[in-house]
Amino acid sequence: MSWGEVDTGLTPAVGAETGRRLDARRVLLLLGFVIVLLSGVRWITAAPDLTSSGTYGAALRLAVPILLAALGGLYSERTGVANIGLEGMMILGTWFGAWGGWQFGATWGVLLGILGGTAGALVHAVATVSFGVNQIVSGVAINLLAAGVARFLSVVAFTGAGGGATQSPQVTSTLPRITVPVLAGGSFFGWESPDVLGWLERQHWFLVSDVSAMFRGFMVSLSILTVITLLLVPVTYLFLWRTRLGLRMRSAGENPWAAESLGVRVYTMKYIGVLISGALSGLAGAFLVMETAGIYREGQTGGRGFIGLAAMIFGNWRPTGALAASGLFGYTDALNLRSDPAVHALLLLAAIALVGLGAWYLYRRRFIGGSVALALGVLAFVWYALTDSIPRQFVFITPYVATLIVLAVASQRLRMPTYDGITFRKGEQIS
Amino acid sequence: MKRWRTRLLWLLVPVSAIVLAVAVSSLVLLSIGESPVDAFRSMFRYGTQANSVASMINRAVPLFVAGLAVAIGFKMNLFNIGVEGQYRIATLLAAAAGAAVTLPAPLHIAFIMLVAMVVGAAWASIAGVLKVKRGVHEVVSTIMLNSIATGLVAYLLANHLRKPAAGSELLIATPQIPPSGQLGPLTQLGGEDLRSFLLLAIVLGVAVYVLIWRTRFGYDLRASGINPDAARVSGVDPNKMIMRTMLLSGAIAGLIGMSDLFGFFHAYTLDVPTGIGFDGIAVALVGLNHPVGIAIAALVFGWVDRAAQILDLQGVPKEVIIITKGVIIFSVVIAYEIVRRLVLSQEVKTAAEETRRLEEEKETVAA
Amino acid sequence: MAERAPAVELKGITKTFPGVVANDDVNLAVQPSEIHAVVGENGAGKSTLMKILYGMLRPDSGTILMDGHEVHFRSPKDAIAAGIGMVHQHFMLATNFTVLENVVLGSEPAHAGALDFGRARARIRELSESHGVPLDPDRLTEDLAVGERQRVEIVKVLFRGARILILDEPTAVLVPQEVVELFGQLRELKEQGVTIIFISHKLDEVLEIADSITVIRDGHTVTTVKPEDVTARQLAELMVGSDLPIPETRESTVTEEVLLSVQGLGVRVGERWALEDATFDIHHGEVVGIAGVEGNGQRELIEALIGLRKPDTGTVVLAGTDMTEWSTRRRRENGLGYIPEDRQGRGLLLPSPLWENTMLGHQTLYPFARGPWINKKGARQQTEHLIHEYGVMTPGPDTSALALSGGNQQKLIVGREMTAAPKVLIAAQPTRGIDVGAQAAVWELIREARALGLALLLISADLEELIGLSDTLYVILRGRLVAEVDPAAVTPEELGSYMTGATKAGAA
Repeated sequence: MSWGEVDTGLTPAVGAETGRRLDARRVLLLLGFVIVLLSGVRWITAAPDLTSSGTYGAALRLAVPILLAALGGLYSERTGVANIGLEGMMILGTWFGAWGGWQFGATWGVLLGILGGTAGALVHAVATVSFGVNQIVSGVAINLLAAGVARFLSVVAFTGAGGGATQSPQVTSTLPRITVPVLAGGSFFGWESPDVLGWLERQHWFLVSDVSAMFRGFMVSLSILTVITLLLVPVTYLFLWRTRLGLRMRSAGENPWAAESLGVRVYTMKYIGVLISGALSGLAGAFLVMETAGIYREGQTGGRGFIGLAAMIFGNWRPTGALAASGLFGYTDALNLRSDPAVHALLLLAAIALVGLGAWYLYRRRFIGGSVALALGVLAFVWYALTDSIPRQFVFITPYVATLIVLAVASQRLRMPTYDGITFRKGEQIS
Repeated sequence: MKRWRTRLLWLLVPVSAIVLAVAVSSLVLLSIGESPVDAFRSMFRYGTQANSVASMINRAVPLFVAGLAVAIGFKMNLFNIGVEGQYRIATLLAAAAGAAVTLPAPLHIAFIMLVAMVVGAAWASIAGVLKVKRGVHEVVSTIMLNSIATGLVAYLLANHLRKPAAGSELLIATPQIPPSGQLGPLTQLGGEDLRSFLLLAIVLGVAVYVLIWRTRFGYDLRASGINPDAARVSGVDPNKMIMRTMLLSGAIAGLIGMSDLFGFFHAYTLDVPTGIGFDGIAVALVGLNHPVGIAIAALVFGWVDRAAQILDLQGVPKEVIIITKGVIIFSVVIAYEIVRRLVLSQEVKTAAEETRRLEEEKETVAA
Repeated sequence: MAERAPAVELKGITKTFPGVVANDDVNLAVQPSEIHAVVGENGAGKSTLMKILYGMLRPDSGTILMDGHEVHFRSPKDAIAAGIGMVHQHFMLATNFTVLENVVLGSEPAHAGALDFGRARARIRELSESHGVPLDPDRLTEDLAVGERQRVEIVKVLFRGARILILDEPTAVLVPQEVVELFGQLRELKEQGVTIIFISHKLDEVLEIADSITVIRDGHTVTTVKPEDVTARQLAELMVGSDLPIPETRESTVTEEVLLSVQGLGVRVGERWALEDATFDIHHGEVVGIAGVEGNGQRELIEALIGLRKPDTGTVVLAGTDMTEWSTRRRRENGLGYIPEDRQGRGLLLPSPLWENTMLGHQTLYPFARGPWINKKGARQQTEHLIHEYGVMTPGPDTSALALSGGNQQKLIVGREMTAAPKVLIAAQPTRGIDVGAQAAVWELIREARALGLALLLISADLEELIGLSDTLYVILRGRLVAEVDPAAVTPEELGSYMTGATKAGAA
């Protein structure tokens, strides 16, 4: 399974079996199990941040740009265009978001951020769809170009006005936020409501408090962009799987020649897919500026475009999958920022999970995978037990390591759109 | 089709790239109220000075090595974006290792290079193993590994490989490599050192060319890139090929920092340039994955970087050249596609005509 | 006497591509509600003509008339709107889509952009029942068998209200039993007033189903005849313009020496056995043929023999040496040759010059390599030798492989494999999709090699080829070799029924 290679059946997928697809019930079961595990570890390690509402709130906030990138990638890849340039489009989103927010206000910032990302996507679309340039090459080039453009524009627009080559002036305008009343203490027409979930959380009861904290985290100080992003998940599903345009877009990725023979305008479908991916990445960038930093800073995106890509892959190119995966990555990102003891506790969690996974593999007679997982689990536990904290630099790389692990475990059971990454030229038949 | 006509078409690729790049940059400069003519003139004047030539070559050498590393991957359809991380961690460990031993001069240099190549290959092998064993696409995994490498380098440098701080010294660096592990300049141009690693880089370029185009391994590598199924059927083991390519690419990536290390820094400090890995990708693309093209592209990029230094003094933001470089990259890849298709369709047409002629000849002979 | 205007008429159609004239003043007239066959050999111009009729290509000159009125198609959409539907030879289906999604794509019933699944399902069920083409709209296309997928293609065109159906080589992937089913469906459609254009080069089928036959050769219309007025042999001669070669072999050249011995070979894919307990020998000078519908284990058998896939059971012994554990390279180097069924996908490096293609599969041996170096001069010389010996029409050894026609590409591949003097040669679909001249050449090459002692494994869907060339003939079904038949005595119909399991071996 790889961009640009159609499965000809010649290369049996590395070590693959015809795996059962991850269906909703199993996922929910897994999720429940994870929550219980987390609560347990929190209780053992007395690292409240592992499951605090603050962490969950941060997780949600950090998951948003990843989710937007993942959804964006989804639109593009479902039409058959691999988009590695999401990071670059996000960078453009951060820059134009900051500039727009600084000059005209938050709403304009968001809109301009979206436009910036779309502009980058347009270049990618022209290169890959109209000219047939290799999609990965173009994506990589977009990333380089976007970084350069952002730097140049910063020098031109920000120096001498309160910013510089690598950062913008402070963006003071903000977007509206919502806090749910009663459950999470939001104000309801001026009345300060009680914070039921918050109270539950503070009791530190095993599991109950953790679950309350999780829900509360999702209800406090929600940005309107977060709500929009979450709504995009079902919207994307309905759009791509239940509408006429969505079917045609997906056909461009599943069999563009069939689509063409039926009168579908494949090039147009691809353009739409790529442009939407740019718009969403741009929105992600604007979100990063408006909601997390209040400023444009070079390198702000921190690879989230790629993590979003990984979330899309891990989510099996489906919106709900992307949501789950982004949630996971957002969580690791949040822990990273919030507290060292929590990351340290994560080691214990990883140890337990790896040992569990190893045992499961061994039970299913996959000896190599099982022993590797077990060995890693033991190592993780030893590391946890012998240290008090993890060095700062390692904390920084947690999301990237998490991404690698997730991809390593999951890559084979996944199914990408059939002709994703293959260059389609009108009129040329592949066989 | 006539040979020279094909050559001419291919020449269109770099020419159109430069023309477009200059045009777009001029537009950008005009839009911020600067004069493109003045900018280019001063760049040219500054850039053709003797010391600028030396600086250009010095900048081009690491870019060239980076381009080679990336191109080897590209030729096999492997996108080793992790060149950046590979060379950083390789340079760090090579510098630390080089400072920890003393050997006679040529051996010392060789040792440092060896360490760099081994570390670079090892880091790249992680992505290779993930691809071969778990089917993880190398683009995402190498990018993740870049960030992980950054963290690892910071950690190692701050905690283990740092030279003991003398008094209130704030410099974070590995200990200095003794003189036997240093390379003096080849010569001086206009007062600027021309770093000696240039010679080794040339040797490397020749070696890569020979390896890829003249050996059995190179044939297998190129075949795997052109048609992996046909290569498999012809006997190439895909997993071994992926691993070997990643290792080779990583090993060469490890050498990216050597020119600066041997010729200037003699230690791994926070000033060691970063980002060369990404520029290397650009250079490989513009150089169309061929050592000669990569060399030219590296020199062009090196020149542009150097010549643009003068712009700051004139109040023109030198970052405009980043846009220039970006336009060059895109123009090259797009023009390449167009020209490639033109040449191919021409070839098909000529071959069909020739074949017709041959068939008619055969019939008249038989008659 | 007033004659009804033809449902479709193509007049004076000419179409040229760079270097080749595909259609030269072609005329075709199809009466309403008739099944009209268009026959011609590979490369005669039938596909191009149909693509023009379907709006995928624009003719350089000529007119298209429907019911006597001139029409212009700028794209398939126009043709579809005019009631023309095309069932392609290579199915145009998205395997990840359901049957419903594949059928409605491009003509979806919808409310304000949202797909109306109910209406779609109902219509598909209605069409499939009324036309005798059973289909379940919610099944995943990937799970369908070949014959079922063809039904999807048919319903696809019916869904769009096609009154004129173009079927491009529809029986190429079907076995005699499925062909019977298809013909039944076509007759049913004819009853409903549908006009059918049937492109084929399988003359006996054409004679059976068609009401009228047009022969095309080298881009020209030769003539139009009625099936009752002509024999298959005459048709073939019209198609080719000269005597048709027959793939008959003369005397037996089989010896006692066993060159390839396969014992109990089995390959498991997931839960099921794709290949099970395959056992056969190939002797020096023998052609062993394996007949079977695509997807019954042939691919796994070939991959296990070549070394691309590790068998779960069994052994493969080449000239006395057990090579079951060997890598592909080692097998190639030790006398195993392979002519792949997908020559462009597995046999050639298309953008590369011919001399690099001659090396493919033999790149570690002399004259292509000397030690670790490749020997360009040797490769070019060898290529020139191939070009002359095997009649590959090309300007020279530096031409790119993709500039060659399919027939010449195949000749190159056959030539390169044979010159390597293999002990055993595996040939998969060696004459698929190439013109009759090249086909005859390949058959002759196989016969010659056989006479010189080559052991050949022939895996093909061309029943005539199998019957004509094989000394020993097996049938593969669901991964097992279920029958051995005598090629001198068996007929294509009998062979076909073994292939589908209609007849079980041993049932008298």
